Amino acid sequence: MAEVKTKEEPRIGVFVCHCGTNIAGSVDVKAVVEYARKLPNVAVADDYQYMCSTPGQNKIRDAIKEHNLTGVVVAACSPRLHEPTFRGATKMGGLNPFRFEMANIREQNSWVHMHQPEEATAKAKDAIRIAVAKAALLEDLVPKSVPVEKAAMVVGGGVGGMQAALDLANAGIKTYLVEKNPTIGGRMSQLDKTFPTLDCSQCILTPKMVDVYRNENIELLTYTEVEAVEGYIGNFDVTLRKKARGVLTTEEAEARGYVGGGCNGCGDCEGVCPVIKPNPFEVGMAPRKAIYIYHPQVSPLLYTVDFDACVKCGLCVDICGDKKAIDLNATDEFMNVKVGTVILATGYDIFPIEEKTEWGYKRYDNVITSLEFERLICASGPTGGHLVRPSDGETPKRIGFVLCAGSRDNTGVGKPYCSRFCCMYSLKHAHQIIEKIPGAVPYIFYMDIRSFGKMYEEFYYRIQNEGAKFIRGRVANILEDPVTKNLHVNAEDTLLGRPVDVEVDLVVLAAAIQPSAETERTRRLFGVSCSQDGWLLEAHPKLNPCGTTTAGVYLAGVCQGPKDIPDTVAQAEGAASAASIPIHLGEVELEPYFAQCIEEKCAGCGLCVNLCPYSALALVEKDGRRVMQVTEAKCKGCGTCGGFCPGGAIWMQHFATPQIIAQIDAFLLGGEE
Amino acid sequence: MADENWKPKILAIICNWCSYAGADLAGGSRIQYPPDIRAIRVMCTGRIDPLFILKAFQDGADGVLVSGCHFGDCHYLEGNYKAAKRMFLLKTVLKNIGFEDKRLRMTFVSASEGAKWATVIEDVVKTIKDLGPSPLNKEIAR
Repeated sequence: MAEVKTKEEPRIGVFVCHCGTNIAGSVDVKAVVEYARKLPNVAVADDYQYMCSTPGQNKIRDAIKEHNLTGVVVAACSPRLHEPTFRGATKMGGLNPFRFEMANIREQNSWVHMHQPEEATAKAKDAIRIAVAKAALLEDLVPKSVPVEKAAMVVGGGVGGMQAALDLANAGIKTYLVEKNPTIGGRMSQLDKTFPTLDCSQCILTPKMVDVYRNENIELLTYTEVEAVEGYIGNFDVTLRKKARGVLTTEEAEARGYVGGGCNGCGDCEGVCPVIKPNPFEVGMAPRKAIYIYHPQVSPLLYTVDFDACVKCGLCVDICGDKKAIDLNATDEFMNVKVGTVILATGYDIFPIEEKTEWGYKRYDNVITSLEFERLICASGPTGGHLVRPSDGETPKRIGFVLCAGSRDNTGVGKPYCSRFCCMYSLKHAHQIIEKIPGAVPYIFYMDIRSFGKMYEEFYYRIQNEGAKFIRGRVANILEDPVTKNLHVNAEDTLLGRPVDVEVDLVVLAAAIQPSAETERTRRLFGVSCSQDGWLLEAHPKLNPCGTTTAGVYLAGVCQGPKDIPDTVAQAEGAASAASIPIHLGEVELEPYFAQCIEEKCAGCGLCVNLCPYSALALVEKDGRRVMQVTEAKCKGCGTCGGFCPGGAIWMQHFATPQIIAQIDAFLLGGEE
Repeated sequence: MADENWKPKILAIICNWCSYAGADLAGGSRIQYPPDIRAIRVMCTGRIDPLFILKAFQDGADGVLVSGCHFGDCHYLEGNYKAAKRMFLLKTVLKNIGFEDKRLRMTFVSASEGAKWATVIEDVVKTIKDLGPSPLNKEIAR
């Protein structure tokens, strides 16, 4: 706490890591150790090949005992990587783990100054001097345990979100599955077949949807969005907006006293509704009424009023009759839920490929996207599964597939990344037209075929043998014959080394994907970072791909980056497992970086109270005057209060003002001659 | 303009969640940048008391860089806004007392912007090298 901290003289141990040649390749470790030995308060300095290894950690443990250390400095990689490791080693030696400070001489030194050994060595010396200055002032801290709410939330009801919710629920955890659309199912419900097994997408998806709907531990909240989030791991307080649906469930109808009423999905309302608008589920290729179900296999089976389109004529209300299921005056409702952990599974949207003007999407009738192809080839789609040319309704025979349409695109218009599943679904599309349309020839324009998954390469061979034509070259442009509405696909065949002009009846663009429109808003609500492309940022790209830097929030599926269905489901199961751990433990430890009030300095001005974004601070009466008081469970340790207290009365544990000033002084005043 | 071999002393105070992670990413990606910056990590730029920066200048720092999350991305919701307000105010104060306010810089680098971190450091080092040693630098004054 705030009082006099160091009764004993500080005795610091400094341990410098070689990290093989990662550090020692640029930094003169021996010279750094020699330098560290002479620093004030340093009792011992040592080096080792790999400080994070067991012998390395044992060195720390033994030195603490042997030299009666009060603090430990390890100069190695980033504290974001190994701080927990070395805190553990510090604890093994009998010291409080928060008596440890790390000097980053790898990520922020040896790796970024690889060819400047002198400067890198000087920088490492400075970094250690700064760390030693802080270590000398560190104090014992105890993490705070908080109970974890025995419930979880999954945001997004696609296949990833459903799988995560099922796993959590089957592990005995009450799970809220929040979906913005009127039904769960997500993108997968729009697909016809799935590669490489050619399973019917709906056939394998709908059982899962039913499982979700029937699971007693899952509270399914469709047509619902996250409105606000408060709290932290173990205790998220989430406000949800239940959008006005205009249609009552049986339970809701009964609550209003209409026993036996509520929507049974008969569809009479849809029949009489006079309003017609494009159906987004069919990518605008079919009509939809203002009262609708999203697709025939929706779960829950419950109609929804599109209040943007509804003219409130009341015909639906009349025909619904005694069921009294329709309420055209419905408004959005809000509900609060408390959960311990959250999984985000917000999925993707299709990149607006018309922005790549050279391919003529939305200019030429017969240029479609692969999602439109999925709907056209699907038996439940607008054409009953008959692939047709939009211009004349004829069956196309020659079909061009443009891969990497907007993906792997560094022109600034498209996306620089690989969307990862377009190669495979385009192979599947090629197979489907060969199967369905006698004499049809698919022309696949590709950069590379990325068939990386299990049985994918075999599927690629199969499609090659079925007669698909593969042309390796990026499509330069597509031109329409104004009379026939056929398309000329112009590309360079880079294997033959010559330009080609292929006349086709239909072009299918394998458009890139991008984070769904709601991703940005949702991630900000939950305090999750994103990568440069807008995909949500995992805690570690390799070793923690389901976690985020916000404790208690996890990621599943494409929202973290493009992936196909098996990878999405696998990550969802991983996220569910990770999200269930704190709930099963029942309590979590919070890092004790809390603000503390130094009451003799506090003037009771209350400036800090308004600065705190978490309402963790309050003014209280004490000994006849007002002083600030911290609610530790609410304090997240940002230090925004401590950065502004005019009297210096706020002690930020582990980032206290004297500690930071000591670091600044050590850097600027304590250097070598 | 100082001589070629002059090595400026530049302090960076950076937040744990965005800029420190971005700097780590620059390292992981082996993006090379000038070695003239020494970084201190805080959990949030909101922690930065303007007095820290004045103390650094008093100690002879030639430049101070404060770097946090982009607006709207703060791990603590709004610490970076508050930090930015303080830095604006502090820059005005510095200017008014005749101290080049360019020696203080605030940037926003996210955890995924390793390349941007390197660019920021290059730019900050160049700015400070162009300005030359701080008038408060005791070594020069001596």
